[in-house]
Amino acid sequence: MINKVVADAREAVSGIKDDMTVMFGGFGLCGIAENCILAVRDSGVTGLTCISNNAGVDDFGLGFLLATRQVKKMISSYVGENDEFERQMLSGELDVELIPQGTLAERCRAAGAGIPAFFTPAGYGTEVGEGKEVRSFDGKPHILEHAFDAQFAFVKAWKGDEAGNLIFKGTARNFNPMMAMAGKITVAEVEELVPAGELDPAQIHTPGIFVQRIFQGKNYEKRIEQRTTRPRNP
Amino acid sequence: MLDKNGIAQRIAQEMQDGWYVNLGIGIPTLVANYIPQGISVEFQSENGVLGMGPFPFEGEEDPDLINAGKQTITTMPGASFFDSAMSFAMIRGQHVQMTVLGAMEVSENGDIANWKIPGRMVKGMGGAMDLVASAENIIVAMMHTNKKGESKLLPNCSLPLTGVGCVRKIVTNLAVMDVREGSFHLVERAPGVTVQEIVEATAGALVVPEDVPEMRL
Repeated sequence: MINKVVADAREAVSGIKDDMTVMFGGFGLCGIAENCILAVRDSGVTGLTCISNNAGVDDFGLGFLLATRQVKKMISSYVGENDEFERQMLSGELDVELIPQGTLAERCRAAGAGIPAFFTPAGYGTEVGEGKEVRSFDGKPHILEHAFDAQFAFVKAWKGDEAGNLIFKGTARNFNPMMAMAGKITVAEVEELVPAGELDPAQIHTPGIFVQRIFQGKNYEKRIEQRTTRPRNP
Repeated sequence: MLDKNGIAQRIAQEMQDGWYVNLGIGIPTLVANYIPQGISVEFQSENGVLGMGPFPFEGEEDPDLINAGKQTITTMPGASFFDSAMSFAMIRGQHVQMTVLGAMEVSENGDIANWKIPGRMVKGMGGAMDLVASAENIIVAMMHTNKKGESKLLPNCSLPLTGVGCVRKIVTNLAVMDVREGSFHLVERAPGVTVQEIVEATAGALVVPEDVPEMRL
């Protein structure tokens, strides 16, 4: 077994440098690498290009890195619910590239799977397709999209073992498995870190080969963005 | 004339037993409240769940269980979770039989605009472009006119497009229309609405058959 365990978030993000391209897993605030985001903030790096489906909220998630102006560019599919983000975007301080969510996911997957580019119908005939190579398959036009290239990927799992194997919970899986595949250095933080052999190999979502560093996170807030409920029947 | 719930109720009649259905944010979400008796459907949410159930009871919210609108949800028996790449494989691979979306504008050839208004804060397209580019059965749920009273059914969309030539059916507060061969085709009138009212509220080419039945809800 190759042991991937590092002591803490600070050690886990070591090597991150200014102007790097980095991935952050999560959908909204669900399944985000809370500990890594804070460690990246505390490392003081600037000029980051962040690939993440969303950009957090003002006082949580990637909002922490926006507040400190450590992000130069966001590559996302949806970026609402964040006033500071909006301010930086409208003032030109922050560069934003919006891409379709399925294309975002596939560009991560492709990066990890050795597929340099692929054709997708999403975005054809829209401004997303402008300037991109078009090819028709079975009479339907598709546009060429390229795999991402990211130095680091920061992902969050429910359980993980010393070998870097990961299991996700519920919809907190989202972008984490593909980003784990895509990162040159993938850092996984988990709610529960167990010795190798404790997780059932048949239940692993992300095999440890995709994970270079793993640690047990702490103080998870797991904030809910839209708390929706229904009344109990009397 | 229908309200938002009425639009959702009419769209729900389009669902067939055994279908997997993706509902967008807004009016489309309400469709889940009107599943016709005797049919079984499963709702897909593109953040990674099939078999989505109703909102949880207060106190039972799980931060690790949300829908694409980031709302807390529950799951039904037979549900499954998956990653975002697999989720969009289901969508692009046409494994989802019905997609319901809101729209700002639809053109007579089935183009849809629903993600961006120039000059306003752009939040992004989320999964909408992937959904409209691939789904065979796209139904748009929207009001027939905008807040200024202008038609949202146009010869050409004026706003940036989400997808081209993809909308098959539109259900508004006034009517049900099919979209084919470069025109809107009037299928049904909303209760109490005349054909003339629909014609006046539709800027794009509208084909009106001799008999336009009133919707049954």
